[in-house]
Amino acid sequence: MTTVTAPRFARTGSLLRVRELGIGVAILVVFGITTFTNPAFASANSVQQLLTGAALIALLGVGETMVVVTRNVDLSVGSVVGFSAYLVGDLFAHHPGLPVPLGFLIGIAIGAAIGAINGIVTTVSRVPSLVVTLAMLYIVRGIDGMVVNGHTIDPDKIPTALTAVGYRTLVGIPWLAVIVALVVVVAGYAMRSFRASRDLYAIGSNPEAATLAGIPAGRRVFTAFTLSGALAGLAGVLFLALHAQIDVTGGTGYELTVISAVVVGGVAIFGGSGTVLGAALGALLLNTINQALVAARISAFWDEAIAGALLLATIAFDRWLSLRMARSLRSAEGAHRDV
Amino acid sequence: MTTQPLLVLERATKSFGPVKALLDAEITLFPGEAHALVGENGAGKSTLVKILAGVHQPDSGALLIDGEPTVFTGPGAARDAGVSIIYQEPTLFPDLTVAENIYIGRQPLRAGRRIDRAAMNKAAAELFARLGVRLDPERQARGLSVADQQIVEIAKALSLDKAQSLNARVLVIDEPTAALTTVEVQRLFEVMRTLRTQGAAVLFISHRLEEVFASCQRVTIMRDGQFVRSASIDEVSVDEIIRSMVGRELSALFPKTETEPGEVVLAVDGLGRDKVLRDISFTVRRGEIVALAGLVGAGRSEVARAIFGIDKRTSGSVRINGTELANGKPLDAMAAGVALVPEDRRQQGLVMELGIDRNLALASLARLRRFGLIRRRDERALTRDWAQRLQVKFGRLGNAVATLSGGNQQKVVLGKWLARDPSLLIIDEPTRGIDVGTKSEVHRILDELVGKGMAVLMISSELPEVLGMADRVLVMHEGRISAEFDRADATEDAIMRAATGQASEAAA
Amino acid sequence: MTSDMTTRTPLPPDAATAEKRSPLRALVRWESALVLVLIATLIFGSATSDHFLQVTNVFYIGLNMGEIAIMALPLMLIIITAEIDLSVASMMGLSGAVLGALFSAGWSVWAAMGVALLVGLAGGALNGLLVTRLKLPSIAVTIGTLALFRGIAEIVLAPRTVTGFPLSLTNIGAVPIQGTEIAWSTLIFLVLAVIAGVVLHATPLGRAIVATGWQPEAAQFSGIRVNRLKFWLFVLSGVLCAFAGILFTLKNASVSYDAGTGLELNVVAIVLFGGVSIFGGKGSVIGVVLSVVVVGCLQQVLTQLNVAPEIQNIVIGGLLLISVIIPNGREALRRIRARARRSSNSTQRKALG
Repeated sequence: MTTVTAPRFARTGSLLRVRELGIGVAILVVFGITTFTNPAFASANSVQQLLTGAALIALLGVGETMVVVTRNVDLSVGSVVGFSAYLVGDLFAHHPGLPVPLGFLIGIAIGAAIGAINGIVTTVSRVPSLVVTLAMLYIVRGIDGMVVNGHTIDPDKIPTALTAVGYRTLVGIPWLAVIVALVVVVAGYAMRSFRASRDLYAIGSNPEAATLAGIPAGRRVFTAFTLSGALAGLAGVLFLALHAQIDVTGGTGYELTVISAVVVGGVAIFGGSGTVLGAALGALLLNTINQALVAARISAFWDEAIAGALLLATIAFDRWLSLRMARSLRSAEGAHRDV
Repeated sequence: MTTQPLLVLERATKSFGPVKALLDAEITLFPGEAHALVGENGAGKSTLVKILAGVHQPDSGALLIDGEPTVFTGPGAARDAGVSIIYQEPTLFPDLTVAENIYIGRQPLRAGRRIDRAAMNKAAAELFARLGVRLDPERQARGLSVADQQIVEIAKALSLDKAQSLNARVLVIDEPTAALTTVEVQRLFEVMRTLRTQGAAVLFISHRLEEVFASCQRVTIMRDGQFVRSASIDEVSVDEIIRSMVGRELSALFPKTETEPGEVVLAVDGLGRDKVLRDISFTVRRGEIVALAGLVGAGRSEVARAIFGIDKRTSGSVRINGTELANGKPLDAMAAGVALVPEDRRQQGLVMELGIDRNLALASLARLRRFGLIRRRDERALTRDWAQRLQVKFGRLGNAVATLSGGNQQKVVLGKWLARDPSLLIIDEPTRGIDVGTKSEVHRILDELVGKGMAVLMISSELPEVLGMADRVLVMHEGRISAEFDRADATEDAIMRAATGQASEAAA
Repeated sequence: MTSDMTTRTPLPPDAATAEKRSPLRALVRWESALVLVLIATLIFGSATSDHFLQVTNVFYIGLNMGEIAIMALPLMLIIITAEIDLSVASMMGLSGAVLGALFSAGWSVWAAMGVALLVGLAGGALNGLLVTRLKLPSIAVTIGTLALFRGIAEIVLAPRTVTGFPLSLTNIGAVPIQGTEIAWSTLIFLVLAVIAGVVLHATPLGRAIVATGWQPEAAQFSGIRVNRLKFWLFVLSGVLCAFAGILFTLKNASVSYDAGTGLELNVVAIVLFGGVSIFGGKGSVIGVVLSVVVVGCLQQVLTQLNVAPEIQNIVIGGLLLISVIIPNGREALRRIRARARRSSNSTQRKALG
């Protein structure tokens, strides 16, 4: 023992990869067991359902991850999905010739605008984001209610080019999943590769140190909220594509599923760590469990309880892990000192 | 020496309100030297460091960098001038890699403004190589030992240099070794040597004189915010340094009257907690002040916390008037007659946002209760009584304690506990951060209490206070009691020796 | 930073001290503002509808608000200790589901109610244990139990809707207390509010709650058992929410698993609008009671104007936002002013020197 500090713990990269691997394994285990008892579970159709069903939550999970790593939370995503879906659907209903890509852009813009409001209020007035986005959840849903005013947009009003995204596949993979996978890959790469995105992790990891290091925390958090909103806006348009109709309840309650997926996917609720890939895998795991229950003819009524229990188990497990790590460190140091 | 000094601080003064932290501080750092700054707790070392860091601006005095008068307007300016500070407790991002911690916000880029991880890790590895340490740049900062965290901070300081040429010129290392093992200390000295040979000046602040002698070429001694002397390390002895650090007449601030101690109130036997406290045994009797002296981090406050039950002890027993206290139960200690005036007034002693009356009553609520309700009249009587007895200067009793001066806040904490009429008062740093006038008032109060038969355990970092007030002095060093002195035998030299581990064999 | 709410941005020290000046006066001001809002609502309500000021409205408003108001009381205490419980409405739903399931299985309604209350106790204890033993942030824990409790309700009862409760009990949803226009749930709320007020403002326990919220360490150093206190508050919240679930079930004379979904937001909004600080330490029962009355009247007015319930959400959300932004905005303003003063001082000094 002269000058060596052997890395006592795995490197960050591999540590995170271990987490993602773990979720991947969990998905496979659930999938395997269910397939064993009910072979139809592995059919192309069923797998497509698995992917499609997880896609929206995974997409929202990407944005939520950006916010949660900064030690904030965005509870307004579900309302944004519903609002964006209805406004874009309404637009298509009234302007049948509207190009589909423009619809996407408008949906994203609506979401980004709401996200920007979340970001401004949170950073300028220093109100906890929990409360701000909780209020926005209400307000956006309320405005949605005013706009919708009891109407439903029917499937025949929505351009087939859009609904095709909801049911067509690309070499057997649903387009919806392809789009979301693309977003996950791009966002995952960006979260690793740019100074600004590393700042997000730094802010959540140690806010005071971030200030000392000259990181513009306010601006970064604002950007994270805006992006989360924009992705929720995109998810709204995809919601429309998937369901081909929309009323005032669209997207209700998504926020809790998204947070569960993100936390299960290894994003620390205290901020500072986690990846968008993990969040997306978390969403896939939740959906796989749900579908497995259906396949195993256990009532779908178990869904929510399992999501909640899984969330609790994950945060408890993470806490246990960090406590154990701290303890092993302490005893290691103590041993040193005794020498 | 004919070389141009890298940094000179001359006749620097700095006051915080009525407290004069620096009276006439002075330091000169030459390239290629490791320079020790020593002094008692409260001698003004931290303030001097903060001035060099650009955190505080001196009220008067001059700062010369390369002979040029300079003003540090903020931490950024100090950094730009090549002055980097390594604090005792590093501020890293636990979730990021070591390399990212060094380069956060300044990561090397490649095409498309993407972070060049390979280049970043390589640069970090090179920094570590030049420092002569082995640390994996790609590992997470979480779980790094304090020593490794300090190394990362040093690497960060070096990397801030624009030319990347490793001549960060002045590196201030503030009490780095308190939390380090012997091996780690040796490695830190290696790093300091490497830096020196590359032309940097290292200012090393430490309580451990043996380390000063092992690693530094020159030493500057401070006392009471003043420069005492600078000397080459070969010209001075440990004795001389200690004498310069403490040499001062006992002031008349301490009115301790002689009392005849009575029966034992507190008996601590073999107290231990994890690796923090080991085998602590002592007694405090009625009518006696026992001081717990030692350096910051020696474990004195931990003793107080373990007795009061804030922390659970892992071995040993604590008895009050013969009855053993339950482990880890402050309520039990309170019921047995223990009061604790804690070290951190703002976090532990007071609820700053609440009124003087609410704070004074907070520990006595059970006694003010009838049919479950607090009797407001009794509460008012009690709080007014204690506010007056301790001469707290306040506008209205309902005013938040945050509006009071430090001294008056301390009186409120005292009153809160004295209202319970304890048989043992543990008081941690009784006069830290309070003005001279109130200081002597607090001392007078303590003297009075002991005169009435209270047992007092006083933790203090101020040697004059210890010598002036205590009937007996226990000195702690690294979690153990290293020496015990009677009032007659206690001298600043002897206490300082025991506290710095110089005399632990002799005393044992 | 262990059991701390991770999503809360701590106030900077200077802002905090500024706020510390006169917590009492700030509170009084917030409550008088609530009174003004109440008067404005009453004037607005009577101007838009002749029926608004009728006494029967007291009954309906009370009926509408009863359960939410009852759940707001323990939540207020929890928020004052600087924690939060987002599982309140799910616990209410779970309690109703348990009551319904057992009743339909042939249990006596009283025994079923007893079990529902026990379930509340257990659920609250689960929250409390996770927060105080494992030191998990209460926001994450109670988001988890929000889903968990609702999920169990679903398992227990869905897809059924249980009806047929004894008329003598379900009458509380249709008939006011004899000789008055007051709903039973209103009376229960008022009694509980008085108890909560006495406890919070006049007992050692109340002082302990407040001290814990402001400065948990100082509370611990004063002999307050912070963890035990928080644990029992979560248990209390579980039991009272279960009780609210029973009231809700009887009031509607029917129950399905999704009863009260989303109500946690209303409850949080009412507590914060009542002047309770999300950062802990500050809040009064009178404020929360006023907040209940204002929100109840406002909803009644909107309903009479045929405003759809979803749209009324805007009002709730707006109130929530206002009640956190106004105090913080004041702080922000003070900070900015203080900074301006400091910089002008230093320039003056420079000019003099």
